[in-house]
Amino acid sequence: MSDVAERVKKIIVEHLGVEEVKVVEAASFIEDLGADSLDTVELVMAFEEEFGIEIPDEAAEKILTVKDAVDYIKTAIG
Amino acid sequence: MSGLYVIRARSCCLRAERTVGWDEIGHELPRPTPTALAFRFPDEQTGIMFDLNGRTALITGASGGIGQAIARTLARQGARVGLSGTRVDALQALADEIGDAACVLAADLGNPSGADGLVAAATAKMGGIDILVHNAGLTRDGLALRMSDEDWARVIEVNLGAGFRLIRGALRGMMKKRWGRVIAVTSVVAATGSPGQANYVASKAGLTGMIKALAQEVAGRGITANCVAPGFIDTAMTAVLPEARRQQILASVPAGRFGNPDDVAPCVLFLASGEAAYVTGQTIHVNGGMAMIS
Repeated sequence: MSDVAERVKKIIVEHLGVEEVKVVEAASFIEDLGADSLDTVELVMAFEEEFGIEIPDEAAEKILTVKDAVDYIKTAIG
Repeated sequence: MSGLYVIRARSCCLRAERTVGWDEIGHELPRPTPTALAFRFPDEQTGIMFDLNGRTALITGASGGIGQAIARTLARQGARVGLSGTRVDALQALADEIGDAACVLAADLGNPSGADGLVAAATAKMGGIDILVHNAGLTRDGLALRMSDEDWARVIEVNLGAGFRLIRGALRGMMKKRWGRVIAVTSVVAATGSPGQANYVASKAGLTGMIKALAQEVAGRGITANCVAPGFIDTAMTAVLPEARRQQILASVPAGRFGNPDDVAPCVLFLASGEAAYVTGQTIHVNGGMAMIS
């Protein structure tokens, strides 16, 4: 796993209190990891802080899985 | 996520910190043991209730009568208090009186960036905001027929708009900490209306509704949001009313007197405390019986 993926995974594990093994690329925050609306907002804010980026709402709405988050952040930080 | 927002109460872990417990999380957790109760109501070691030691509180409108009383009361219970207002000399005098637990945070909430700046300053100075008391408020009275756009906008901006921005700013830290108290000082007129105060009434009723929405959003994170609605309290704000109007209002107060700021502050203290963990989205009316609202 790349550095970005590792950092994303760490934030998710920490925030949602889920087991690390469950945080696979295809995992959906809501369906698989038990997140609610507020969790997803908190996660997006945590990503913004960790990577020093801005994730607009329209983009945040499309971040549904771990892979979505990693891909978006990779593109955003270039 | 778009559309419907789903916020679930969830059984997040019971942490060592005593302030995050069964009563703040919901029904999924096992029932409390008698030991847990004894520890909280009141602290079995000290017998003290409403203990705010280790908590930080930001109070807006702290140079006004009610704000000052709230600051003194919260500080007396052990909280560090950030005093915000526009009259720096009055804030400084209050801070000197309270001592080391107080710091002055001047801010102009009429300016849209004022609220964001205040949250940043309070966080920097106190290390966070556990308790937010939005007490700042102003009036620009006039009959609706003759009310200018400016008087309308100014009151809505400071009383309601700044309140929203302060809450939004303070929530982030509260969410991380899984503990927080948001208290808006509203008014009896939010429920009853008041002639000549369309702007003020709208702002306070707006706060009341906003607090209810907020309370639902963050209840699962150990954060409560409530209002304290004073009736007629003797302060600078009410001193400007004509004597005839004062007498008219007094006649409608069963307690037979106007309130004073120290009647209001204990209600804020209660809502700010750990003991009030299961009270959220509510309004406590403090009005000598002037309006009895259920």
